[in-house]
Amino acid sequence: MRTTKQQELPEAVPSLEAKPSRRRHILDLDDFTRDEIEFVFETADAMKEVLEREIKKVPTLRGKTLVTLFYEPSTRTRVSFEQAAKNLSADVINLSASGSSVEKGESLIDTARTLQALGADIIVMRHYHAGAPYLIAQHVAVSVINGGDGCHAHPTQGLLDLYTIREHLGTIDGAKVVIIGDILHSRVARSNIWGLTRMGAEVILCAPPTLVPVGLGAPAFPVVTVEPSLDRALKGADVIMPLRLQKERQKGGLLPTLREYIQFYQLDSRRLSLAKPDALVLHPGPMNEGIEITPEVAHGAQSVIEEQVTKGVAVRMALLYLLVGGAE
Amino acid sequence: MPLLVVGGRILDPSQGIDMMGDLLIADGIISQLGEKVAIPHERHLVLRAGGMMVTPGFIDLHCHLREPGFEEKETIATGTRAAARGGFTTLCCMANTNPPIDHRAAVEFVQQKAAAEGVVRVLPIGCITKGREGEEMVEMGELAQAGVVALSDDGSPVMDSRLMRYALEYSRLFDLFLIEHCEDLSLSQGGVMNEGWVSTRLGLKGIPPAAEEIMVARDIALAEMTGARLHIAHVSTAGSADLIRRAKDKGIPVTAEVTPHHLTMTEERVMGYGGEDKKAVKPSSLALSCYDTNAKVNPPLRSEQDVQALIDALSEGVIDVIATDHAPHEDVAKMCEYDLAAFGISGLETALGSLMTLVHEGKIDLMALISKLTVEPAKILHKNELGTLKLGSSGDVTIFDPEAEWVVDPSAFASKGRNTPLGGCLLKGKVMATICRGEVAYKDDALKLETIRREARI
Amino acid sequence: MPQKVILAEEDIRRALTRIAHEIVERNHGCDGLVFIGMRTRGVPLARRIAEAIREFEGVEIPVGALDIGLYRDDISSMAWHPPIRPTIIPIDIRGKSVILVDDVLFTGRSTRAAMDAIIDFGRPLSIQLAVLVDRGHRELPIRADYVGKNMPTAMDEDVAVRLKETDGRDEVAIIRSD
Repeated sequence: MRTTKQQELPEAVPSLEAKPSRRRHILDLDDFTRDEIEFVFETADAMKEVLEREIKKVPTLRGKTLVTLFYEPSTRTRVSFEQAAKNLSADVINLSASGSSVEKGESLIDTARTLQALGADIIVMRHYHAGAPYLIAQHVAVSVINGGDGCHAHPTQGLLDLYTIREHLGTIDGAKVVIIGDILHSRVARSNIWGLTRMGAEVILCAPPTLVPVGLGAPAFPVVTVEPSLDRALKGADVIMPLRLQKERQKGGLLPTLREYIQFYQLDSRRLSLAKPDALVLHPGPMNEGIEITPEVAHGAQSVIEEQVTKGVAVRMALLYLLVGGAE
Repeated sequence: MPLLVVGGRILDPSQGIDMMGDLLIADGIISQLGEKVAIPHERHLVLRAGGMMVTPGFIDLHCHLREPGFEEKETIATGTRAAARGGFTTLCCMANTNPPIDHRAAVEFVQQKAAAEGVVRVLPIGCITKGREGEEMVEMGELAQAGVVALSDDGSPVMDSRLMRYALEYSRLFDLFLIEHCEDLSLSQGGVMNEGWVSTRLGLKGIPPAAEEIMVARDIALAEMTGARLHIAHVSTAGSADLIRRAKDKGIPVTAEVTPHHLTMTEERVMGYGGEDKKAVKPSSLALSCYDTNAKVNPPLRSEQDVQALIDALSEGVIDVIATDHAPHEDVAKMCEYDLAAFGISGLETALGSLMTLVHEGKIDLMALISKLTVEPAKILHKNELGTLKLGSSGDVTIFDPEAEWVVDPSAFASKGRNTPLGGCLLKGKVMATICRGEVAYKDDALKLETIRREARI
Repeated sequence: MPQKVILAEEDIRRALTRIAHEIVERNHGCDGLVFIGMRTRGVPLARRIAEAIREFEGVEIPVGALDIGLYRDDISSMAWHPPIRPTIIPIDIRGKSVILVDDVLFTGRSTRAAMDAIIDFGRPLSIQLAVLVDRGHRELPIRADYVGKNMPTAMDEDVAVRLKETDGRDEVAIIRSD
């Protein structure tokens, strides 16, 4: 039980007057307004308090069923959602591609319809094909949360990254955020680009040209800067986010060797010192320590990587709250 | 029974005719054409065109009828009916059936099916390589004798340059041309849409324009070297159009086609359409209906600049013909993840309506458009009796109303393939009747077909 | 919308002072008392009552803030999301007498949610309810222990409590919606 001194009691007036209307799905951050993101932050603040209680459970989603439908292995996202849902008293069913009818070639739409018939209220889905959550959202009446789809989006990870940054910097507005590495294949980077720019951050993408997606300058995109040189990109950075570099990228011909990638793009102590002295280091996980980031930096004083995991539960509780009643 | 089309605006690019008049088809051939046609026959049928366009029947150099082997997607019976509804009287059907059209029996199967169940003319295309595997040439002589009009491994390119060279050289023995699906597979590998800002937006793997252009360039070089007739299927990029323009300037025997969808739609279609008018794409936040698998086609829908370049190339004659690449699929092949969905658009029934958009917007002249659907493909096929209203030619006629508006309803298609990104769209320009070899293959309910005795002169 | 002021600033002050005295009297002093204000306006009311007690008893009673949003039984049917603010319980409430403070007692559902929330923090000796206004129309078997003003209302009327801390002035009005 935590004790707070009387004078710390915050002002009772909610700072947010705009109350976002109900949301049916969470598919990407592209359709989140600034107000809605702020609302998620404030709700996550309240959820964090719940997580600090002795009994970390509130009855908000009592009687609701959340299904995690994962076609790709994932520990942290799935467990984080399961924890969030259970804290809100929802029932949780975990389905993975192995050991269910999805292995027998059942179509995605049929699987989703079956889950709906079994009483699912919210489906959290991870899929290796971009757009898969949109497909089921079109065909079922339940709420769908995108837990990562192909190279497209990972909105809940994006929001927890934003929340972590806001906690440390106070505001995201004006922050200089450097995202390093495999932008081409990173759904986290894409969702972060939408969220960060909407909240007023300056986003710099730093990667070899083979790992930068085409068409970033199109008018339909948020404005970002591409800076191939890591040393230059890091100057004055408030937040640094190295992305996981999958070893398959070398086989795919996108990189000559991991050795060369490390030489030019690894975040090490020397490079970290080029950023602002108190710059934050985030990583969406899972890390390849020794490749995109050195262990010293990953576990150093400026790293908030472990904290991201804890924050993830509070943010996901806030997101589930945002969906309550959305399907009705 | 003879058929008289009365009071139409007769458009025949092969003769440069654009006049109000009548057209008589008797014994399956065009027998009279003029401002007022005298009827020598006792009993005949009359179609009153009421000022609508009367043109030679359209010829589609490139479509997939799926039979044999993929009857769940289309059959010759349903595909030819779809063609008739789209104003097409001649279909050249691709060889990627199961078994593929790489031997005489397969050719004859298609011909016999078409004779028994088809309502328009079907001209089979044979494979270039056995089993479309890209390893050994087919027996071109046998296929030519059996009656194929061209050879193509469509769906797949012939990746082996040496094999393509020999196939082109060997094809000169017969009056055949080779149709190449131009795609460098190593560059397009895994791609599901055009590589560009939309593919980045959607997180889908792109197919860069260069994947097509590399093969167009290679095949043009081989055509120049061999002197064989090469036809480039479904040109989709500005770069390909430039390569073909330069090849034609040099006198290389190359022809090319473009599809209605590549002329009228861009890659943005994949994101689905927002708003009631189904026109406004809203890329700032994706709609649930984005990842529209009905817009997944190979080659992919390209950029605005590519579309403009294709229209220009078509108007200049760099691209010779319009072909539908009608690629019907059953619903389940499209009701799935975008990456897993089949490539292809069911295009026969929407071809004219979408092409007329270009005419209404002043981007292409109506006479030029009709020539790309009639006399130009006939030239490539070396078939003088098709694609024209010259007296004595085949009685193939299409009647359409350029101003009639209609909403595309895929569930009402004659084709088994309802896979079109145009569902719900309003098109202006509608086929009202299609006559093949003097027989009415399709007629809109609004048109009346009357049987008349000679005494009742018009 | 026509509105009628029922309690002015002075009336509110007197009512809260009286409630403060009643609380101390009924609990035989201030031992083991803790105030929990229900967000939003219950929090400043709780503070004012605690302040009044400090003035005449010289004892500082802890004040907490409770957000009942996560305990509501009607979230699914609301058109918008009520913002959720952190709940702050300043001391361990096990064995304590919790005085729950709210501005208006109406159906009793908020009070039910608040009691559920408090019990999640531990088992208090008792929970008592203090409200500035009781407007009737209970839907649950709940009553207030301390009432500033009983104010019979019609269902189509709205009671507006305005406080300096949240609204810039002190007053309670009945608003008729027509």
